[in-house]
Parts: sequence; structure tokens; C-alpha cells
Amino acid sequence: METLAAPLTIAFDYTRSLGPVLGRFMAGLRDRRVMGGRTADGRVHVPPLEYDPVTHEPVTDLVEVAPSGTVISWTWTGRPLEGQPLDWPFGWALIRLDGADTALLHAVDAGSAEAMRTGMRVRIRWAADRVGHIRDIECFEPGTATAGPPGPESEPVTMMTTPIRLHYRHTTSVEEDRYLRALAEGRIIGQRCPACRKVYVPPRFCPADGVAPDEVVEVAGRGTVTTFCVVNVPFAGQRLTPPYVVAQVLLDGADIPVPHLILGVPAEEVRMGLRVAAVWRDRADWGTTPENISHFAPSGEPDAAYETYAEHL
Amino acid sequence: MRRAAVLGTGQTDHRSRRTDVSMAGLCREAIDRALADAGTDWSQIDAVVLGKAPDLFEGVMMPELFLAQSLGAVGKPLLRVHTAGSVGGATAIVATSLIRAGVHRRVLAVAFEKQSESNAMWALSIQPPFSAPITAGAGGYFAPHIRSYIRRSGAPPHVGALVAVKDRRNGALNPHAHLRQPDITLESVQASPMLWDPIRYDETCPSSDGACAVVIGDAAAASSSDRQVAWIKATAMRTEPTFYSGKDHVDPRAGAAAAAALWDLAGIKNPLDEVDVAELYVPFSWFEPMWLENVGFVGPGQGWKLVEAGETRIGGTLPVNPSGGVLCSNPIGASGLLRFAEAAMQVMGRAGEHQVAGASTALGHAYGGGSQFFSMWVVGRTP
Repeated sequence: METLAAPLTIAFDYTRSLGPVLGRFMAGLRDRRVMGGRTADGRVHVPPLEYDPVTHEPVTDLVEVAPSGTVISWTWTGRPLEGQPLDWPFGWALIRLDGADTALLHAVDAGSAEAMRTGMRVRIRWAADRVGHIRDIECFEPGTATAGPPGPESEPVTMMTTPIRLHYRHTTSVEEDRYLRALAEGRIIGQRCPACRKVYVPPRFCPADGVAPDEVVEVAGRGTVTTFCVVNVPFAGQRLTPPYVVAQVLLDGADIPVPHLILGVPAEEVRMGLRVAAVWRDRADWGTTPENISHFAPSGEPDAAYETYAEHL
Repeated sequence: MRRAAVLGTGQTDHRSRRTDVSMAGLCREAIDRALADAGTDWSQIDAVVLGKAPDLFEGVMMPELFLAQSLGAVGKPLLRVHTAGSVGGATAIVATSLIRAGVHRRVLAVAFEKQSESNAMWALSIQPPFSAPITAGAGGYFAPHIRSYIRRSGAPPHVGALVAVKDRRNGALNPHAHLRQPDITLESVQASPMLWDPIRYDETCPSSDGACAVVIGDAAAASSSDRQVAWIKATAMRTEPTFYSGKDHVDPRAGAAAAAALWDLAGIKNPLDEVDVAELYVPFSWFEPMWLENVGFVGPGQGWKLVEAGETRIGGTLPVNPSGGVLCSNPIGASGLLRFAEAAMQVMGRAGEHQVAGASTALGHAYGGGSQFFSMWVVGRTP
């Protein structure tokens, strides 16, 4: 039987503080100029290194190199991936720009693999809108070009944004799958560790003993608030509007608490030892998800004695 | 076992946004200062150990790859250490182990975080499929455990604020600190917004850009140094699962076990009497009394009493975080190494305005993950 699985995409627009060397390099790209960095041994690195690998000193000698160069080696990619320079087949090439001593990895828009060869001459195809970013070089294309007339360097770029998107497929374990399928039937199950005999909800390999759980145990939809916090602060990724209470709820029959929301009671009345019951969403909306339980609310029972949950703090 | 010593330390000027430097530049600010403080140069560094918090924080996969030449690692071994927030401490311990094993004479340990490049809170709040949207943020993770501590120990509610006042005023004595608040008061802390009840805004660490570096050497390197070194008396690391049935989030077993091993290795019978100053990893003020108990300076439920009596201030029985600690500067990956470096600076007599007079034995402490990883060292003025 296949276990439940679902996609997960995470994305964030990271920033990069460029510092003095890469800041000048990016400013050059904006002006359609490629700046290399000369290290103490006389070699010109493109892109420039921030620190000399031999002397360890900061690299300060930046020199302009040509916007065209020679393919040192290459491969062909028939199916470009998201985020690559071109979204049609292209050559990945190591390109040594004229005046540089190192090769730059970039895309060559050559049309077909047959048009690629080691030693071929290529030139930069500049992006139409240049902002001081590595993407100001759209790609390379067959041909040659010469550097523009010399001119003053413009102000270094201080910051660059690099959006990153990652795609995953989350596949559940056998235990998680069993737990989710029970939730879809309105049941909460745990599993007992054969070594320590503790009941874990959700069920999992025992973190203390490292062994697979065995006996399936149905636990109650009610339990005790062991401890909690009142969230008053907004933050990225938040799904609820503050203030709200997130509590550790020790379900009756379980040996480890689960975090959940406590609603249906003012935040200032939530307390350690409060007895609560699961509030399920409408049955029509149930799925294989913990979201079937909307939140927990006071059950009306007397508070649990501290000793009954002190071992779970 | 071979002896090892801290020859020199360096740290950046920690700020919320160091947009003037790249990650490489940030590391080099700390490294160049450490080399100068150690009175050594690149030709004498045999290996480099790099620590930082999870790669997702800045979104750079294995930053040691692109940082290699900037860290002076070309032609030398370069190791990367990962143990979440405790990584700075673990980085120093890996470097120490390389010396004690007799592999190298001088090792550079460096750790950094450039929090402004990303959003650590976002990185910690990613919600996988099939999970409930019960997100509370980093403070929301630790706040319930602080509530448990207060309940268990009977601590009065102002203890957390007392720690915040002490650390922020200490930070004002530290030129590298991100937050420097000489005028903070108990009243102003208590008037600050309650973020994650029971944690207030002023009882919470900032988000910082920063780096720290230390040069660790063997006995020959230490004896050839013409400056005071910090002898590494003992190191300890312990790990436990983030969650397991019976986990004690207030007094984690791994922290207590690491401390017990540490004191034993260092030959320390009574830590409160024998340790002159401690740099504890305190990202939320209430962790000071919790860790005082966890590492065994005082018994269960007694930590807050030491705080309330003012004994953890500079001049008290056990000054804690004279540098201002994590509450004043929190470049996460570097925060643990900063604790270790500040402990060394105290016994080397090079802590400047936040120097504890006569400090000869000091504790550096770090923890990470959901109180999962613990790393500690004891350093002393004499071998």
C-alpha cells in the first residue's frame, strides 16, 4: 500500500549584501562591463574573488575584461530546469572571457548541440533591463564582441535579491499514514513503544528507544493542558490573528503532549491543568489531516492535579 | 590528553543589518581580529573549522564551498559543523579536539550568521503537508517551557525582567554588542509588550548579523605566545531527542549530563565556588535561572534566587553574561562561539569594560534545537 504523499513548495526572496568587490562587479554588469579581480599572482578571476586564496588579502585590483571569450568545455541540456538562464535547450559551458584567467559557467544559446564545440567564440547577450544583478548577463551566444569605450565606474551595488524556490514531495511514514487515515474517520490513534511502553501520539519510531512502535492505541479526544503560551506577536508564515493560545495538550491515554490551539475561552483564563476536549470540524470537511480538529476548548471538568502532568513538562 | 588553549579571539561589531559586508567580509572581520589578538598569522594556521546555523536561514547551501578562500582554507582542511543554535560551541570543541588529538598545532574556528539576508523565523515556521497550522514562532516554542519553570520553581514574575536589565546594561559595556541599553530599567522592561506570554519584548534576543573567531593552539603554540592564553580545561557535548515521552524541557537531561561530565573533567567539585564567570546561552531572559540549575551551579528551583539577589551581576558571586550575552547580540550560528570566546576573554584579562576582576576560571555554554544539543567548555588562566 502506498502511504499518503503531497507536494511542498517553499520559497523566499533572500537578499545578498555584496560587499566592496562583488558590489563593483554587479555595478559593472549594469553598465555592460565585466570586471575581473587580479590576485597577487597576476591571475584575473571572473567573477572576482573577495579574498586572495594565496595571500589571504582582500582583492582590490579590479580590471575590465572583454564581453566575449572562448568555450573551454561544455555539455548540452535538453530539458532546462526552473530557474536556469534559458527555458529552451542550451549548452552549459565553461567560458574564459578574453583577459581573464579563469572560466565562468554560463548558458550558451547555440540552438543545438551540433553548433557547440570546444574553442568556439561566444559573447554576452545582455539583459534588456539591467539592475546590477548576476542576471544582467542573460546568456552567451555564438560570436564576438569588444568592450565598450572606457568610462568611469558607477557606484557599487550594495544589495542583490535572489529568489529561491524549492519543491519537495512529502511522503508519510507508515505510522503517520495510519494516524492520518484514522483522523479521517474521526479517531485519534497512537502507538505503543514495545521497549518503554509509552504511547506516542502521533505514532512514530520511539525517539528514546529507536524502535518501531507496535500496538495501536485509540486515545481520547480530551486531555489536559500541561503548559502553554499566549501568542501576541505577528510573524511571517502565521495562519491566525494574534492573540491566541498554543498549548501542549496531554490526551488521556497518551504519554506525550501534542501542541494545539485553545479557543472558546479568553486567553487569560487558560491555565496549566485545564481540562479540554477536541472540537472537530464538520464531518463533511474531514480529510486525512490533523486540521479535522479545529481546536481544543474547555471540557468543563475540574482542573487536573499538577502531579498528573508534572512528568510531561 | 594533550593540552589546548585559546590563543586569541575576534568578533564583529554585531548589528541588525551589516549591509556593508558580504558573508565573507563578515567572517573576515572576526577572523582578522582573532589572528591579531592571537599574535599569529595565516602561515601558522593548520586547519579551519566553520560553524553556522541551518543553511535555510540564508538560503546558501553549504556556504563553506564559496567561502573557502575567504576563510583562508585553500590548501588546508576545512570542516563544517552543524548543531543548530549550539553550533558555535560545537565548532570550538571540534577545533579543540583537532588540537588535543595531536593532528594540528593551530586551528582557526569561525562561526557566523547573517540574519538580515533572510528571516530565521520564516525558516523555522515552514509547514509540511499533513501538519496542523499550529505555528507559534521561536519564542512560542520556548515560552511554554518558561511557564513550566515558573510553576515548578515558584519564581516571582519579575525575575525574567531582572535578567533582561542586567544583560542589556552589561551589553552597554561591550563595544561589539548589537543592543546597548545603559538606561534600561525594571519598569521599562515590564512595560514592554508581551510577545509570547510569559516572554516580553525586552526579554527576547535580537536578530543580528555577526561572526566570531578563535585561534586554538597546542601547548607549544601557547608557550610561544607572548600574551596570556585561555587554557581549555574541559569540553563536553551531549545530545537528546527534541521530543520524547518524559522529556524535561525545563531541566534537559543532555544539558545536565554535559555539565556533570564537564565539571568532572575539569576537576571542579563546587562550580559556584570555583567558577568566576559564566557565559550562558540565554536567548530569552528566563533561561538564565533555568540554566543555572541545569548546569549545576545551584539546585533545582534555586536559580531565580541567585538572580533576584543580584549575584549574577558583574561584582556578584557568579557574574553571568558580562558581555550582554545572546540577549544583546544574536547572530545565531556565532552566538555559541561568542559565549566560548567571551569566557576565554575573561580569563585572558582582555574583556575590556565588562571584565570581571580576577577571573581565572570561566564557563562557556551553548544549546541548540529544541533544547537538544548542548556544548560547554571551561577555560582557565593557568593550565
